[in-house]
Amino acid sequence: MPRQILLGDEAVALGAVHAGLSAAYSYPGTPASEVLEYLVRQAAESKAFTAVWSVNEKTAYEEALGASFAGKRSLVSFKHVGLNVAADPFMNSAITGANGGFLVVSADDPGMHSSQNEQDSRYYVQFAQIPGYEPSDHQEAYDMAREAYDVSERFGLPVLMRLVTRLSHSRSAVETRDARAQNGLKKGAEKDWILLPVNARRRFVRLLDLQAEMTRFSEESRFNILRLNDRDRSFGVIASGIAYNYFREAVASDAVPPSFLKVSTYPLPEKLIRELVGHVGAILVLEDGYPFIERQLKGLFGIAGKTVLGKMSGPLPASGELTPDIVRRALGREPLASLPASGLPLAGRPPQLCVGCPHADAFKALNKALEGVTGASVFSDIGCYTLGALPPYNAIHSCVCMGASISMARGASDVGLYPAVSVIGDSTFAHSGLTPLLGAAAANTDMTVIILDNATTAMTGGQPTYGSGPGLLRLVEGLGVAKEHIRTIEPLPKHHDKNVQIIKDEIAYRGLSVVVAVRECVQEQRKKRS
Amino acid sequence: MKQDIILAGVGGQGILSIAYVIDNAALADGLFFKQAEVHGMAQRGGAVQSHMRLSDGTIWSDLIPKGGADMILSVEPLEALRYFDYLKPDGIVVTSSTPFRNIPDYPEVDKVLEAIRKAPRSVIVDSEKLAKEAGTVKAQNIVLLGAASSFLILKPESLLKTIDDLFRGRGTPVLEANLKAFDLGKSAALGS
Repeated sequence: MPRQILLGDEAVALGAVHAGLSAAYSYPGTPASEVLEYLVRQAAESKAFTAVWSVNEKTAYEEALGASFAGKRSLVSFKHVGLNVAADPFMNSAITGANGGFLVVSADDPGMHSSQNEQDSRYYVQFAQIPGYEPSDHQEAYDMAREAYDVSERFGLPVLMRLVTRLSHSRSAVETRDARAQNGLKKGAEKDWILLPVNARRRFVRLLDLQAEMTRFSEESRFNILRLNDRDRSFGVIASGIAYNYFREAVASDAVPPSFLKVSTYPLPEKLIRELVGHVGAILVLEDGYPFIERQLKGLFGIAGKTVLGKMSGPLPASGELTPDIVRRALGREPLASLPASGLPLAGRPPQLCVGCPHADAFKALNKALEGVTGASVFSDIGCYTLGALPPYNAIHSCVCMGASISMARGASDVGLYPAVSVIGDSTFAHSGLTPLLGAAAANTDMTVIILDNATTAMTGGQPTYGSGPGLLRLVEGLGVAKEHIRTIEPLPKHHDKNVQIIKDEIAYRGLSVVVAVRECVQEQRKKRS
Repeated sequence: MKQDIILAGVGGQGILSIAYVIDNAALADGLFFKQAEVHGMAQRGGAVQSHMRLSDGTIWSDLIPKGGADMILSVEPLEALRYFDYLKPDGIVVTSSTPFRNIPDYPEVDKVLEAIRKAPRSVIVDSEKLAKEAGTVKAQNIVLLGAASSFLILKPESLLKTIDDLFRGRGTPVLEANLKAFDLGKSAALGS
């Protein structure tokens, strides 16, 4: 079997390709971007399937669902908060079900390396009541992605695979197998897919009826491993996903490791959990993310005669990413000896805007325009320009979720904040900025929206964008913004004074203005040159 | 046989290329490996590190525990110092002496180098000078890889073959500069 070097994200993607994938959709977001990056490269080479960067996660989800409706195997991938954007079709797709196999890849970011929260996608698996996978390593990521398509078609349901940053962005060698052929076209049945109450009620009962069989699927899965230690029954471990690796690392030199259950599929394999819990007195639950398993294990009343340890009670921190060191400590093992710290105070090195970045010039102009203005609020958004929060710019006052810059500025303006300014990138604007701007234009809200058009989705590595250049200006006008208050600037040092004046004028105008700052991302320029 | 390495540097300095070469050499040598890296926001001029684990047996964790690293391999001196608590008491530090100053409070370089020399084993090479000598200042990462190569459990020919694969497509001058950068780094480390 050939061995290939793959990122965790890429292992999932290749597993899907080898399962007969026909169509894949995504919106970029760390740590999930490399799933579709890989598929785009593969599709360009093989021309065997479709791989598309969508406008946002909701459209991506629905596009993939449409391919499943058509009987084909499809994939959608996004970062954990992307699943919030796609939550509407996600929840309803558990009711319609899947026709062709449908894999949903959601990459969580415990520790918030590049995210605004550390929500745990396993709650969505439980919420929608569908099967879920949580790989521990690259080989599993590949094997589970392949298997997930069969499971999806067996249950007629989407299957979610939960990744975490450390697996998404770790590389290792994976053994691959021959690809399966793609499905033929075969439309879904109308009575399943038209979610009128009369159909939806029946489909929901079907979903509930499948639950016991799904638990059996989990109990029989080869990815869940139960090992009981008969000599020491005082203590055992339940470990899921990447946490399983840290557990095995910590006990690698034990002749016989403590009893453990590796959990890799959802719903929880109840029978295996009962066996482990019955065997030991105390159970340590190791999971990266929320205490999802621990909370279910304890319930409201705990387990009589047993001690459950984890994030809720016990030795693991409730927030942040797990590490081998944290798990080692939780298992009561001595830390390894290490070199003492140098004693020299180490200056931090936070991320920053690139040298020559157009956003830097845009923020300088905005800061100058707002100099001496009291009460100004700058609502920002998700992208490289969020770094405008850091010195030397200190230019923004909020960053919440995709598109919130415009809607929050509207709300703040409605209740009297002046001036209310939004700062949003072109890709984020296409993702979730159009709809709030449509509403603000209808009301001619007193606010100034600055769209930073750098012609790419920069933070995640330069994926395509759909609202850029002349098309962006037409979009803004088409949404109903008055033409005389759609202004264009080129954020360059030589235009600084002119740009400051334009921003000042539009802030002074007590209605809706849109200032589009047009200059290409320097990273993208560099890529084109080399 | 196993070896755990912390790769360190600043976003954009090419530590992922070092990782790429080591990954492929490990595959060629029939070793297991796991290599955890940083993408996204931190790549924008911030401190970046990669955990590189090599072994002839099963590797569990993608991350190296503190006190578990056999080597810190850094393209930048301050960044080498940042991960000292990951190093085994007898571990080795291989680092560039060339500072990357994109922060206002960068400490005095001499003090940084002095602190690095407190490690029981350290190899400090002037990667900027050697890369320029090789033909391109961009090859500082490969200078460092060369400097580390004598201490790695990988076959030198596997490393060189991957460097060849990596740079061949970018033209003969780039390839030759990088091969020379590797050699200069290797010689400098052995002579230090």
